[in-house]
Amino acid sequence: MTTKEELLSLKDVVVSVNNGNELRPILKKLNLTINAGDFITILGTNGAGKTTLFNTIAGNLHPTSGQVLLRGQNIAQQNEEQRASFLARVFQDPKMGTAPRMTVAENLLLATQRGQRRGLRLRKLRQNRDRFREMCAEMGNGLENHLDTPTGNLSGGQRQALSLLMATLTSPDILLLDEHTAALDPKTSEQLMQYTMERINQNHLTCLMITHHLEDALKYGNRLVVIDDGRIEADYDAKQKQTMTREKLYDFFDETIG
Amino acid sequence: MSLIVSAIGQGLLWGIMGVGLFLTFRILDFPDMTVEGTFPFGAAVCVTAITHGVSPILATLLAFGAGLLAGLVTGLLYTKGKIPILLAGILVMTALYSINLRVMGKANVSLLNQKTLFSFPFLKALPQYFDSIFIGLCLVIVTIVFLVWFLQTELGQSFIATGDNEFMARSLGIKTDGMKIMGLMVSNGFIGLSGGLMAQSNGYADVSMGIGVIVIGLASIIIGEVVFGELTMNQRLVAVVLGSILYRFVILIVLQLGFNTNDLKLISAVVLAFALMLPAFQTKFHTRQMIRKGLTTHDD
Repeated sequence: MTTKEELLSLKDVVVSVNNGNELRPILKKLNLTINAGDFITILGTNGAGKTTLFNTIAGNLHPTSGQVLLRGQNIAQQNEEQRASFLARVFQDPKMGTAPRMTVAENLLLATQRGQRRGLRLRKLRQNRDRFREMCAEMGNGLENHLDTPTGNLSGGQRQALSLLMATLTSPDILLLDEHTAALDPKTSEQLMQYTMERINQNHLTCLMITHHLEDALKYGNRLVVIDDGRIEADYDAKQKQTMTREKLYDFFDETIG
Repeated sequence: MSLIVSAIGQGLLWGIMGVGLFLTFRILDFPDMTVEGTFPFGAAVCVTAITHGVSPILATLLAFGAGLLAGLVTGLLYTKGKIPILLAGILVMTALYSINLRVMGKANVSLLNQKTLFSFPFLKALPQYFDSIFIGLCLVIVTIVFLVWFLQTELGQSFIATGDNEFMARSLGIKTDGMKIMGLMVSNGFIGLSGGLMAQSNGYADVSMGIGVIVIGLASIIIGEVVFGELTMNQRLVAVVLGSILYRFVILIVLQLGFNTNDLKLISAVVLAFALMLPAFQTKFHTRQMIRKGLTTHDD
């Protein structure tokens, strides 16, 4: 990466949710700039606004004030369907990223058309089978033997691996990982994280990852952002991150946030 | 014998309605009450068109169009008006009752001495009740072939995905509101078509002919699923039609047992209730395994 190209930036973003009969602000004038090629890990306590931040970037929530700029263009009012062409997301819950009654291959086929117009052309499942099988085989969890299995019958780990594959299939400009390994056992979780890194590096993806593991937050990515009470509390670059240790980070949490 | 032949013909014509309902009830995964209004709407439009001198083929297509329209209204109320689907369906169903009276001008319109799909000369040559089977079979085949093709297209796959995991579908850029409206339209289109065919087969349209239609449609779907078990999507469409025929047989048997035709709706509801409870019974009493055991020879 030679020069930093600004990909997405949030400027003074306020997001409020309707809580009974009063508007409660979750993000409070949050500012964040994401450069192309960044891999940002995001830490923060429960309720700090991490998922709200992702919902705002993805278009599920719209800011009450402030701007969301994609390459300088304000997209704050675009909804998630419109943003699908440049953005993909993997959730913590394996159930959210796949269609349970459709097969693995059918799910992958849906993902190949992320953000595109879908017409009355036949779906071309057969022509894509070999490509899908190869992709699934790369993950090393036996998914390639289940191309015709409804995803509802897969294990959580397999479903999550499929979600990741679907999210990265079309190399989106921005990949959002919302604690995507948190629901898995330690071994499967590590395996998925390893595969995540492969996909990100192969496709040169720009990625934001929410995690609760301090080790993961330090180990992965070139930036570490800490969110607290709807604002960015700290934004460490790669150099600062290297000197960081788990203990320092933990103390930081204890003093400033806890 | 002729009763059985008649039941098959009726089952095929009703089966188109069942397949239409399948699109919303099983694929989009919600109950669409519009059906009870759409079925007589299709019948009313078809019969009125025929009595005004429109050709039976065009009148039948108009019945399909009427259904599309009804589905569109329900779809808009549901997606754009944010009215819960059950209520949106009931609203349109209720409104259609008045519209049907307007269309027909009175509560019952007869097709006596009018040309219908069933009055083509070559159908007259067939033995009694075989005309319904012929026409029913033709239109069932057209319906199923169309849907098998449609569900395999990119658009059809997006439609299935919308019903399966709406959240995911949206995140992939699928316009789920559009998919729901489209599904409701196509579904009600086939239901209107079925209503138009039924009116021509019966020889009249009646404003109250929609009462209990949703129960018949659900019974076809559920009976098909209970009898044939795990199937692919394409096979399931056929299973709905076969379920519709089986349902006619059940009604036939019940009537042969001496029940009154006035009790028909009660019987329909009881049949559906049993079909719906069967999966629960099956897990409790292992009926399926018992039947299978009873049918296979034992080596052990």
